[in-house]
Amino acid sequence: MSLAILDLGYGNTESIRLAFRRLDADSILVSDPASVQAAEKIVLPGVGHAGYGMQRLEEAGLVATLKLRTKPALGICLGMQMLFETSEETDRPLLGILPGRVRALEPAEGRPVPHMGWTRVRDVATDIGISEGDHLYFAHCFVCPESGATAARADYGGPIPAALRHKNWWAAQFHPERSSASGADFLKAFLSA
Amino acid sequence: MPAARIIPCLDVADGKVVKGVQFKDHRVIGDIVDHALRYRDEGADELVFYDITASADNRTIDPKWIHEVAAVIDIPFAVAGGIDSIEIAEACLSTGADKVSVNSPALTRPELVAELAEAFGRQCVVLGIDSYEDDEGTYRIKQFTGRPDATVDTGRTMLDWARDVAKLGAGEIVLNCMNRDGVRQGYDLAQLRALADAVDIPVIASGGAGTVEHFADAFGVGCSGALAASVFHERRIAIGDLKDYLESQGWEVRR
Repeated sequence: MSLAILDLGYGNTESIRLAFRRLDADSILVSDPASVQAAEKIVLPGVGHAGYGMQRLEEAGLVATLKLRTKPALGICLGMQMLFETSEETDRPLLGILPGRVRALEPAEGRPVPHMGWTRVRDVATDIGISEGDHLYFAHCFVCPESGATAARADYGGPIPAALRHKNWWAAQFHPERSSASGADFLKAFLSA
Repeated sequence: MPAARIIPCLDVADGKVVKGVQFKDHRVIGDIVDHALRYRDEGADELVFYDITASADNRTIDPKWIHEVAAVIDIPFAVAGGIDSIEIAEACLSTGADKVSVNSPALTRPELVAELAEAFGRQCVVLGIDSYEDDEGTYRIKQFTGRPDATVDTGRTMLDWARDVAKLGAGEIVLNCMNRDGVRQGYDLAQLRALADAVDIPVIASGGAGTVEHFADAFGVGCSGALAASVFHERRIAIGDLKDYLESQGWEVRR
């Protein structure tokens, strides 16, 4: 099985690589369409700015490759947000694999932004390795819309899609690489997809 | 809402965990990776590593230990100490740190905060603020507190600076209340409440924790997390017991 992590010079690539290594899963770093296509499983990392992330995907010629992909793929944090059509963070179109617009989280009394820390999830799908009520680690300022693909929710001033399942795509708004045993179980479930 | 976050802070020097007494004569108390694992296993929600050699000697943080920590732990961690450029921050984040914490360099050059937020996203950018209450009851900040002989009063007020950095792109503020540091008499609750009311980014309490009640107090004034060093290192408070107490007081904790 080949596991590849997209390395476009942004994001927490190494942290994700190390998390898979703790599960005895070796991975390679890739950045071109041929290598992405060849990989059995691909991870689109998170952290950073949606506009910059999309710019790098466009420059690397990866937009069509990712949109047409049918083998398993996992987007983490920003990597999940980029699956949608548009974002309040950038005028650049996103990948458009799922419908809807990513919006900015609005701070409120007692609810600072970024949403940072360990938040419980609910409405968890059965096959994604995590359980109802697990605490998972979140660190984000933008949230994905409801799309029909939501596979877990967290609450932060309203429901937030915390994980997605859509055809070959998996995605997490939380950071599975930093979410202790539950995060590891999520990554394990993706590995056996 | 997220669980109340408990954050042990470790001082490191030359790749070892040290007891942060003064910059001279610091005593090695152990291996960085061993301590990271110990706190992970005890139930810490996040860790902060403060490289005191980097900030004192004008050196950069050695990415080697960051990578070793990132390889073994599965909870988030921040690194601090002498991070004054995008390049140094990049070296920390690309080897596996989740956040960088900046303090004095941001006071020298506030644009650094905006540059870091733009490059890595604001959730990666923690602002450390060293604050004290002056004779008139105003909270003011100091710079270069790592070395007593280099520490200066900036003249700035804590709340103005905090609002500035929140606007520039800080994702979180660790407020170290200097008059409470090391005395274990409790966090400066009035000051923390003033900060939490003034900004809409998460606030982490630092300086003064001595009992489990002190932690609950910090959450009670609106802090998202509470940071402490000596009470954890000296095993005065076990994180499991602390979480039992917080839960008994109605705070959500992560197990």
